[in-house]
Amino acid sequence: MTDVLAPPQAALQAALQAPVTVAPRRRRLGLGRPIPYGRVLGPLLILGVWLAASAAGLLDPRVLPAPWTVADTVSRLVEAGTLQDSLAVSLGRAALGFTFGALAGVSLALAAGLSRLGEALVDGWLQVQRAVPTLGLIPLMILWLGIGEAFKVVIIALVVAVTLYVQTYAGLTSIDSRYVELAETVGLSRSRFIRAVVLPGALPGLFVGLRLAVTSSWISLVVLEQINATSGIGYLMFQAQNYAQTDVIVVGLIVYGLFGFISDAALRFVERRVLSWRRTLSS
Amino acid sequence: MATDTQQLTRPAVRVSGLVRRFGDRTVLDSLDLDIAPGQFVALLGRSGSGKSTLLRALAGLDYDVAGSGSIEVPGRVSVVFQDSRLLPWQRVLDNVLLGLGGRDAADRGRAALAEVGLAGRERAWPVELSGGEQQRAALARSLVREPELLLADEPFGALDALTRIRMHGLLRELCQRHGPAVLLVTHDVDEAIVLADRVLVLVDGRIAVDQPIDLPQPRSHRDPRFLEYRYQLLTALGVEEEITV
Repeated sequence: MTDVLAPPQAALQAALQAPVTVAPRRRRLGLGRPIPYGRVLGPLLILGVWLAASAAGLLDPRVLPAPWTVADTVSRLVEAGTLQDSLAVSLGRAALGFTFGALAGVSLALAAGLSRLGEALVDGWLQVQRAVPTLGLIPLMILWLGIGEAFKVVIIALVVAVTLYVQTYAGLTSIDSRYVELAETVGLSRSRFIRAVVLPGALPGLFVGLRLAVTSSWISLVVLEQINATSGIGYLMFQAQNYAQTDVIVVGLIVYGLFGFISDAALRFVERRVLSWRRTLSS
Repeated sequence: MATDTQQLTRPAVRVSGLVRRFGDRTVLDSLDLDIAPGQFVALLGRSGSGKSTLLRALAGLDYDVAGSGSIEVPGRVSVVFQDSRLLPWQRVLDNVLLGLGGRDAADRGRAALAEVGLAGRERAWPVELSGGEQQRAALARSLVREPELLLADEPFGALDALTRIRMHGLLRELCQRHGPAVLLVTHDVDEAIVLADRVLVLVDGRIAVDQPIDLPQPRSHRDPRFLEYRYQLLTALGVEEEITV
């Protein structure tokens, strides 16, 4: 019997003494290890399918031109200076509208979130304004401001302001009451309470608002430039539509997409830095 | 002897005729309580007996609660909650220093963290600490204010048994060194006997039992007198089970 038992025991001993390397385990219900440059994979896959379909002659160039045709168009537009000029105009509008909108949205949220008077004056009409699609204000704004730059910047600013206001105000007013109690027991003054508890607690909400606002500012830009513009990427696409230049339209779409992607990535980067105290499922 | 010192010195806490009502329910019914400076008092009671209501009244946290009576507490009161209540967006040292000013505040904060065994963790985020460490940081935040009265609302309720025993020793030691009057709300009879100079049992909104614990520190659960106190307090709490010695 002992003879029969001995080999497994020896094996067990050996197994116990053998250096065991244990791979660091990931959270079982988490999303797993982040894929390096994972966010680029999806767009690359689509590009691959597009390339393959064009090379195989499956795509009618009038419906969707081949990637190399689009690349040619890009270099042609860059040589002519059209792309840079349009891009500068579009970016300028987006940046100006976003800046004004962000300032207004955050200021209004602070006013409404930090004082009862501000809440009474600001919150009511902003909730109403939120219910009105801002792009529905285009006809009125054109009558008021004409079809120049001012009206475009104002529309973008309005969209950004409302989006940011809603998220930031929600962040400011949903501070955990336990922290309010704590602040009272340690005798914080009102201004220190706001600086140490309310504002940092509202930052996650602000970042949600910023990311939504960036997206919606691009959306407004597309609409504005395709309806009422004489310059910008949207205008470029609109003109291309008249002359059935599918390749130029695709270039415009790629530019919009790239800038949406880049601005969101930049915000994510800043958010990770600023909110480094958070440990969430996606980290 | 205890009554002599109480008569000589002004009590740290004086509560008289305290009434607190929630709707039709009278939670505290004309309650009187004196706590001497430096005295460690544990408050026992079944859940819903009004322990936390009394503590919150002393902490000045009972807004919009109907009631009457007078409360005198010292100027410097610190509260330790059941959850550590560290602000997640501030590092541990900044949490300890919350609301403190002055040039030497940071040094005092570091010293308080060292006292609770968290030296070197000043720059950590609260999420990086274990439950016991978080509660120790909360203790440091309370003690750095040199309170004359420390109010603790089941501060170890969320901790595991081993961590809780270590925290008992730490709390006892810190209170001896800093000498605040303490009101510890707990549902744990053993915790009350291990820590307190005096154990109160709250029944029907009044203090039904006021029992000085006359045992030397450190206290052993196997001491027959410990078991005697335990039996007596459990009976006062209405626990009918057989307690084997």
